[in-house]
Amino acid sequence: MSTLEIRDLKVAVEDKEILRGVNLTVQSGKTHAIMGPNGSGKSTLAYAIAGHPKYTITSGEVLLDGVDLLALTVDERARAGLFLAMQYPVEVPGVSVSNFLRTAVTSVRGEAPKLRQFAKDLKSGMDALAIDAAFAQRNLNEGFSGGEKKRHEILQLELLRPKIAVLDETDSGLDVDALRVVSEGINRFRASGDTGVLLITHYTRILRYVKPDFVHVFAGGKIVEEGGPELADKLEAEGYEQYTKASV
Amino acid sequence: MGLTEKPLSTLHEKASYDLDDFDVPTGREEAWRFTPLSRLKGLHSGKAAITGRVLTQTYTPAGVTAEWVGRDDARIGKAYVPADRVSAQAYNAFEKALVVTVPKETVPAEHIRIEVRGGGSDGVTYGHIVVVVEPMAEAVVVLEHQGSAVYADNIEFVVGDGATLKVVSLQDWDADAVHVSHHHAQLAKDATFKGFAVTMGGDLVRLSPSVSYTGPGGDADLSGVYFADAGQHLEHRLLVDHSQPHCKSNVDYRGALQGQDAHAVWIGDVIIRVEAEGTDTYELNRNLILTDGARADSVPNLEILTGEVAGAGHASASGRLDDEHIFYLQARGIPFDEARRLVVKGFLGQLIEKIQVAEIRDRVLNAVEAELAR
Repeated sequence: MSTLEIRDLKVAVEDKEILRGVNLTVQSGKTHAIMGPNGSGKSTLAYAIAGHPKYTITSGEVLLDGVDLLALTVDERARAGLFLAMQYPVEVPGVSVSNFLRTAVTSVRGEAPKLRQFAKDLKSGMDALAIDAAFAQRNLNEGFSGGEKKRHEILQLELLRPKIAVLDETDSGLDVDALRVVSEGINRFRASGDTGVLLITHYTRILRYVKPDFVHVFAGGKIVEEGGPELADKLEAEGYEQYTKASV
Repeated sequence: MGLTEKPLSTLHEKASYDLDDFDVPTGREEAWRFTPLSRLKGLHSGKAAITGRVLTQTYTPAGVTAEWVGRDDARIGKAYVPADRVSAQAYNAFEKALVVTVPKETVPAEHIRIEVRGGGSDGVTYGHIVVVVEPMAEAVVVLEHQGSAVYADNIEFVVGDGATLKVVSLQDWDADAVHVSHHHAQLAKDATFKGFAVTMGGDLVRLSPSVSYTGPGGDADLSGVYFADAGQHLEHRLLVDHSQPHCKSNVDYRGALQGQDAHAVWIGDVIIRVEAEGTDTYELNRNLILTDGARADSVPNLEILTGEVAGAGHASASGRLDDEHIFYLQARGIPFDEARRLVVKGFLGQLIEKIQVAEIRDRVLNAVEAELAR
């Protein structure tokens, strides 16, 4: 049983306040969708929790099972059980996917995986996400299409098995087939154990495949409305307009 | 263009076997302004006693000859004319030259190894090597510099019609070594030359790889990796002189720097002369500066004197580790030091992969690994 607690989180980028007091608790076994218009601060929330150096925490707390994540380095947060699937995974020249994945798994698990078992896990993970076997030898994200990058993020999610996964617009830029494959990966992860998911999205489309337990509407750097899955249906019908007006 | 606005081609006009044709550099000259002359230990002034020594050994596969010849041997100086003071000094001071010959149409089963081992940094010493690859032959040369020395030399690579020569030159010197070297490749019709420089050791290394063409269809590829640590001065000065039509050249040098006063210099000069129509050339230099106090100077120069080129370009970029790369890796639980190691190894490794001799490739990768563990 894991809990991610975000308390009164305020975050600035270059002295501009983006998050204005976010409160949210994610428990394992639950999926929270964070929805909101562009520029509402959804991605800032994801990157601030993960520890991107661009974001300055001006106040608040983020605790994972009581551990103060904000006091940890980026890699320590990941090893504590936090995972961020990125919206725009960066290309890293000269670092092969297989080398990267093995290094990441070794770091997170604290010991090198048995080579044969790792090769097996990698293959079945790639098969399930319809990733070509040749990918393992390619450079990290280099020349990957948008869909390939997102599938590769979910592959990492499944291999690293975090306690809490933050998925930042994993659905953006995916066609329906790719969305289905990626959603199945997220659902496998949800079913794999005691894990919590914070699913950040602009669109309701992915919620047809990945059913949330809670929906939070984000606008103007904070959560402005909360509810169950039915809130997503309301957003589908009415859009974000009422919230963007309200937050101005 | 630095201290001078003269066209590039005029900077490379001077070439002579006569030492007196070159003034002792003062450090103000375009060709010497980056080099700390005081650390050359007299190599440039001609005042140092020639009391140092290097031991040069060759390992040649069947079909290849290696011989030591006197200064009057006709094969010396045919492909290369000294282009600066230290080069002329070396040309006038070596005792015997090593001549390696790969006969016509010969394709040796293994690579040729030339080991240059310094015997100390007390006195200066000079050398000269000629590697002749006759028409249609194909050879790989691994040139290894180790130990300590104050050493200046010239190496001539003479690549015949349709021949292929691949050279890996390792500057793996001890920490106090000083090495000033010219590597000149002369490409005949349809010849291919692939040079790969690896410079990690030494107090001061100044390597000047150059290429000239004597017929059309020549193809030169010059790559290099270097890793400068605190106090090290590693300088690479490239010159590709396109004077024949339909030749190609590609230059890709990458370096990493760390520590106080680590200094890397890369000069990439490419001249495309009037007669060199259909030339295709590209040169690239990239530097990763890993710590404060390190400095990379990178100057690509391209002078095009003809209107008919197939392609000509250059790029140079020096910068810090990319925060986004490090963040991505750390976000997957990989600690900073390990992330940095992966990124730097990846950056240099993409070039190192081009080294065809597996044993040398592994050694260079291990050397990068060792540098990163410092």
